[in-house]
Amino acid sequence: MEKLQTFDSLVSKNDFVIKFANVNGSGSASANQLFAKAVFRMGIPVSPKNIFPSNIQGLPTWFEIRINKDGYLGSKGSVDLSVAMNPQSYNQDVEELNSGGYLLYDSSWKRNFYRDDINVIEIPLTSLCVESFTNAKQRALFKNIAYVGALSVLLDMEYEIFEELISEQFASKKNLIEPNLKALNIGRDYVLNNLPYPIGLTLERMDKNDGKILISGNEAAGLGAVYGGATICAWYPITPSTSLAEGFEKYAKKFRVDEKTGKNLYASVQAEDELSAIGMAIGANWNGARSFTATSGPGISLMSEFLGLAYFAEVPVVVFDVQRGGPSTGMPTKTQQSDILACAYASHGDTKHVMLLPEDPKECFEFSAMAFDLADRLQTPVFVVTDLDMGMNDWVVDELEWDDSRKFDRGKVLDFEALEKMEEKFGRYHDVDGDGICYRTYPGAHPSKGAYFTRGTSHDEYARYSEDGEINATNLRRLVQKFKTASELVPDPEIILSDKKNCSGVIYYGSTSAAMLEARDMLKEEGIELDLMRVKAFPFNLDVWDFIEKHDYVYVVEQNRDSQMRTLLMAEGGISAEKLRSLVWFNGQPIEANFIAKKIREREPEKI
Amino acid sequence: MTYIQKPINHHPNLKKNKLGLTRRDYEGAVSSLCAGCGHDSISAAIIDACFELNIEAYKVAKLSGIGCSSKAPAYFLNDSHGFNSVHGRMPSIATGASCANDDLLYIGVSGDGDSASIGMGQFVHAIRRQVDMTYIVENNGTYGLTKGQFSATNDKDSPNKYGEENPFPPVDLTALAIQLGASYVARSFSGDRDQLVPLIMGAFQHKGFALLDIISPCVTFNNHDASTKSYDHIREHNDALGKVDFVPLGREIIANYEEGETVEVNLHDGSKMSLEKLDNSYDPTDANLALNTVREKNDEGKVATGLLYIDTKAPDLYETLNAIDKPLNTLNEKELCPGSDKLKTINQGLN
Repeated sequence: MEKLQTFDSLVSKNDFVIKFANVNGSGSASANQLFAKAVFRMGIPVSPKNIFPSNIQGLPTWFEIRINKDGYLGSKGSVDLSVAMNPQSYNQDVEELNSGGYLLYDSSWKRNFYRDDINVIEIPLTSLCVESFTNAKQRALFKNIAYVGALSVLLDMEYEIFEELISEQFASKKNLIEPNLKALNIGRDYVLNNLPYPIGLTLERMDKNDGKILISGNEAAGLGAVYGGATICAWYPITPSTSLAEGFEKYAKKFRVDEKTGKNLYASVQAEDELSAIGMAIGANWNGARSFTATSGPGISLMSEFLGLAYFAEVPVVVFDVQRGGPSTGMPTKTQQSDILACAYASHGDTKHVMLLPEDPKECFEFSAMAFDLADRLQTPVFVVTDLDMGMNDWVVDELEWDDSRKFDRGKVLDFEALEKMEEKFGRYHDVDGDGICYRTYPGAHPSKGAYFTRGTSHDEYARYSEDGEINATNLRRLVQKFKTASELVPDPEIILSDKKNCSGVIYYGSTSAAMLEARDMLKEEGIELDLMRVKAFPFNLDVWDFIEKHDYVYVVEQNRDSQMRTLLMAEGGISAEKLRSLVWFNGQPIEANFIAKKIREREPEKI
Repeated sequence: MTYIQKPINHHPNLKKNKLGLTRRDYEGAVSSLCAGCGHDSISAAIIDACFELNIEAYKVAKLSGIGCSSKAPAYFLNDSHGFNSVHGRMPSIATGASCANDDLLYIGVSGDGDSASIGMGQFVHAIRRQVDMTYIVENNGTYGLTKGQFSATNDKDSPNKYGEENPFPPVDLTALAIQLGASYVARSFSGDRDQLVPLIMGAFQHKGFALLDIISPCVTFNNHDASTKSYDHIREHNDALGKVDFVPLGREIIANYEEGETVEVNLHDGSKMSLEKLDNSYDPTDANLALNTVREKNDEGKVATGLLYIDTKAPDLYETLNAIDKPLNTLNEKELCPGSDKLKTINQGLN
């Protein structure tokens, strides 16, 4: 007998959140990605986020997909449809489902769920796959494709897109197309023959993704390094940065192999640890090749000594820090923005470093290429600070662009001709131009001119060891001058002013953008207007100080416990603590608009 | 004054090499090491080797870590670029630098603290990867700059200058290097220039990782009577496996050995190492024999010196990476940047 429904089922077109609950290592990620890509192909804004454990096989893992017709793609923090494929996490999955939401589970083993305000969709996926496939591995793997097939009917999606995606995915392994389509149809047919469809949540084609691509920040940054002319990648595996080095290699293999000889126009070395990785990158840059390393928080800690050397000896190097949850080993598979201070002031002694803070994979590409120019120009380490959320998840962004007239800026390098013409004695640390940046030479440039001794010990203008405190102080002051020059070269902040005067300001950076912009719109509807400033780089330039100056209060929204960006602003600009209001989120999940809006809403009346 | 430039005046009749350079042209700044330090003799031997091989100094990169030994690169080859990096991390600098430009000669100078303790990890991995470089360990069994602590190559029970005995066994860097596949492994003594110079010349011409473990007594902290790394001890216990001569490319071998068998090894560039075997059973191309010999001599209380092991066929890192012949640091935008058309194709694959 059919139960009488006592609640309202959720009804929404192109605006809901699906969460897949799977067992790690069961092959679910590629099926979930297939689903996300299908939504993308239907022209609907989508943001898939892999919420995975530090584990190879067995632990629960989730994949959350937000679909939003208005293009709000930050994490939402609530679930409308749960595809619960992991009995281990049933309780949690059922609990977090919105009232009126939908729970799809594998009913090969039937069970009752304690909530009476949700729709339970039963599909005996395991049984269906056991009937249709003989191989044990296939039975397990294709269960994932089968639920994607079921969803395609339940959500009223275009079947052709799935056919197209599967043929593209297996273009080089054609024998896999047929069984994948078969699995897809197992799910589809079951729904078509046994269940009411579509459910209240549906997808309808839009045109929002014209000119857009779906790419992860790590892949984009790796590609940016290829475009930026990096030739040597030295890296050590660490989540969540590993796929950045792999991204570089993937594209280098494609574009950097000499057709005639089959030899590589790049080198990628997997180091024995992070200390070695940064050492190799510094050694290569010292020798005039663009080189980088990619790491995460623990790697930054290990690289710190070398980073001080590169700062003080003035060797360019690009370091990608794909931040994860800290401190210590922390939450290796969760996201945070908690390395801001560790990067800004990495290493002992008075050190300061340039940081670029991309907001999405598109900027990961752009800032990656830019970082090599800046590092060469400034002869210092440049960090590209991203995070797990944008690094490992595929984001919908505008197509990547490249201006072919662009030239690499190799900075102040004296080559053979320049040295030949030079009459005065070459001084490696001689500030000829007054901008704090000196001229350097590559080893082997000239038979008798330009050689110098690079060292981490105190040195004079000619790179000679000196224990004279005044000489060292002068050199340290010049490095401050150089940092000032850096502030003029790094990208300006993005400032979005409200029409209203005298509203509070907000500073944010990195992957917080999506949630921040959504929160801004939510608050605007309530009458709370905000001026926004997205900081794109450190050192801060005059625009940053000007924005703070012009506001009575500025919220600093970030994904760490200690308000690290706020600390940096206070330390570098002498801004008072009262003026900068800390708004932090550090639970390892991507920051949510509701949270930001709530926190600002709570404090805004103080002003009115 | 912390840096002393040597006066440039020298005797007008000094011997010149094929480049028209004298030995003095290969010198560096005045050494600030202790008078009598073995390291200064090694610097002099490096200068000799460069002079003899007609090496152009600007095509050499001198790399080091931290410690007394790591200061040494400032004291030879003024016209070479140098990089005094951080403690124990010279091998990674060398690895990156050699990937960037395979055309330079990389001379790494390290010490026993720098290589056998803090830098052990980087040392072994640079060997595993067969970085094309000459890696010199100026081995004195002690931490000089911090005033006389035991290092990891100090022999067990060997006392420090206060008479305290070292409770731990030493790391034998040569045995380690042979085991890890270094393709040129030699041990020598800073006080034996006749043996040392040809070994350095051979290392410079060798393609791949060449380790020179050079016992280099610390006159201030570890040259006392009971030390096993003192001048006297090494002179007494030095057991040379063969007399070594280096024959540069194109030069005839002068048969100056009267007795014993002479073996020639062809190096990468066509030059030769000529080894007069004192012990007829010794074959430096046999890794197992090399390992056993090092160990046996050690058990006998002797220090095996000479060319312990050589493999002229092993591919170096640059070759393993299959990198193009043209140095990577010379490539320009056109060669490196795929351009906007390719990016369009990439975009198409991502939508």
